[in-house]
Amino acid sequence: MSKTETAETNGISRRKFLGTGIASAATVSLAPGVSFINLAHAQPKPAGQKVDDSKRWGMLIDTNKCAKGCDACVKGCNDEHNLNVGDEDLSRPEQQSQWIRKVDLRDKLTGHESSLPLMCVHCEHPPCVDVCPTGASFKREDGIVLVDKHICIGCRYCMMACPYKARSFIHEELTMQSENAPRGKGTVESCTLCVHRVDDPNNANPITACAEACNKEGHEAIIFGDIKDSNSEINKALKKYSTSAIREDLKLNPGVRYRGI
Amino acid sequence: MKKVNYLEIEGKSGGFFLLLAILGGIIFAGLLGVYHMEHNGHYVTGMDNQIVWGMPHVFAVFLIVAASGALNVASIGTVFGKVMYKPLGRLSSLLAIALLAGGLMVLVLDLGRPDRLVVAMTYYNFKSIFAWNIILYNGFFAVVIVYLWMMMQQSMNKYYKAAGYFAFFWRLILTTGTGSIFGFLVARTAYDAALMAPMFIIMSFAFGLAFFLLVLMLGYHWTERPLGDDILRRLKNLLGVFIGAILYFVAVYHLTNLYATEHHGVEKFILAGDSVHTTIFWVVQILLGSIAPLMIIYSKLSASRFWIGIASLLVIIGGLAQMYVIIIGGQAYPLDIFPGMEIINSTFADGNEYHQYYPSLSETLLGLSGIAAAILIVTLGTRILKFLPDSLADKDINPHHKD
Repeated sequence: MSKTETAETNGISRRKFLGTGIASAATVSLAPGVSFINLAHAQPKPAGQKVDDSKRWGMLIDTNKCAKGCDACVKGCNDEHNLNVGDEDLSRPEQQSQWIRKVDLRDKLTGHESSLPLMCVHCEHPPCVDVCPTGASFKREDGIVLVDKHICIGCRYCMMACPYKARSFIHEELTMQSENAPRGKGTVESCTLCVHRVDDPNNANPITACAEACNKEGHEAIIFGDIKDSNSEINKALKKYSTSAIREDLKLNPGVRYRGI
Repeated sequence: MKKVNYLEIEGKSGGFFLLLAILGGIIFAGLLGVYHMEHNGHYVTGMDNQIVWGMPHVFAVFLIVAASGALNVASIGTVFGKVMYKPLGRLSSLLAIALLAGGLMVLVLDLGRPDRLVVAMTYYNFKSIFAWNIILYNGFFAVVIVYLWMMMQQSMNKYYKAAGYFAFFWRLILTTGTGSIFGFLVARTAYDAALMAPMFIIMSFAFGLAFFLLVLMLGYHWTERPLGDDILRRLKNLLGVFIGAILYFVAVYHLTNLYATEHHGVEKFILAGDSVHTTIFWVVQILLGSIAPLMIIYSKLSASRFWIGIASLLVIIGGLAQMYVIIIGGQAYPLDIFPGMEIINSTFADGNEYHQYYPSLSETLLGLSGIAAAILIVTLGTRILKFLPDSLADKDINPHHKD
């Protein structure tokens, strides 16, 4: 029996086991050193099924479809992760966390205007991971860049290194946290690419909160998926259209790509 | 030239205890600032998600850089074999340890999670310059302590030269590591220059020597021990050379940046902008911190110890200003996330506006307490152990001295 088959067999039995409702809370291991507290609704990944590089999660953002003035994606993200819910009011606006933000641009030469959401772009070669002294900043095999809240010492070197200013430092005690996103004063955080959804074994076709919110608004400007899966919508779209990465010159090969800029 | 006799300082005078009280007071105020920052969170500071490193880092990096430079005086004696400098080796090493301890204290106490210091010591990402620096800084303590031991214990003197060479190379690597913290940041136009590492080394020469001169002159003045003019003249001339070298590196750094079109924006911001950084650069770093001390050092004024002290103090102030411009100025200039694009609107302060930074009292006090801690360590060190020669009179230390 191959390793994969073993993993699948174990995975199914594990799922059935949980299906009986015996386990209500356990710890989900996302990657070495990282764990999110699991509550009843989100079930653990099947035992033995490791995150591997057979997938590369990413997003394609079509700025032609992204509406100026619309911030549904930002609201979707904030709701999902309990950001900006009133327990961060002591911090000044420049200090408050933003995992995703809307930016309106104008080409200096042509005058062409575009609007787009900007978040952690989940680089293949993330500078934040390179500079982190403790390894708290890390990249999963499937391309998702995360912060291990347990070993982040709050040095902010990753924030100095990130070319996208995608990371935020938590400047005060937080009380209204979502189980999807543990957050702690004095540590750094950023977009997790909704890793709790990606890792939910009951969710065969995960979608990030921002993409979901954008679709609900009818814009459908964000496609989320596995870039390596030739059947995925994102894979097909990336093949079909010419896309670009922000700061492509740095050759970081981000998993979040754009059309129309 | 007689055999050098090292003696502890007496440390019984009112002045000694007044100095301890003042230093203790500054450190206490700094620790209160830390409590305020760590208890409430960093929202009480001037730092934010745009200016992520603030005043504590200005002081911390300055002190760490100065620490490696302070060891130079010992290295000149050991590595370059200058006999006159050998009696200064112990003080030079003590000052190096003290400055590094002060700098690290500031750096660590500003962390978002200073309670996780043990994590920083046990989890290493070896691709991170910071991780190297943790090893380099801890190693520096060990290397310099061994160096001191070889210097101070007669039976170990035979290893003194080897320890001195090792410490010298270690300190060069250490400052390279500190400069590289900025040199490797590809994202920010103000940094991302390999020149940062050698520039930091030359900065360390000047800042460390300025500290050393001040401590030496004040220490010998207060303890009423003889201090000759020959050694002071050499040290102040050396300081002049180092200041000139910094000016050279600063000029090369800005000129190379000015050649590359992509760096024009940040150069205009620092050199000819309307922000505080332009003023700090030209008035404090260049005029007060470099030109003024050079004029003092190479004029008749330098015959006076008071003016050598002023020149040293100006180098320290200029050095802090240089760190401020590098660290804060480099972050205040907005990231070029979309080259060729104008940002019309952003909810996260992207835009083309320069980021503002207003340091809070607590973070400034923390920075100052690092300097106070360094001086306190030197004061107590010289009180407890035999660091200072009882005489540095010319006839006692200069083999070529003629009365």
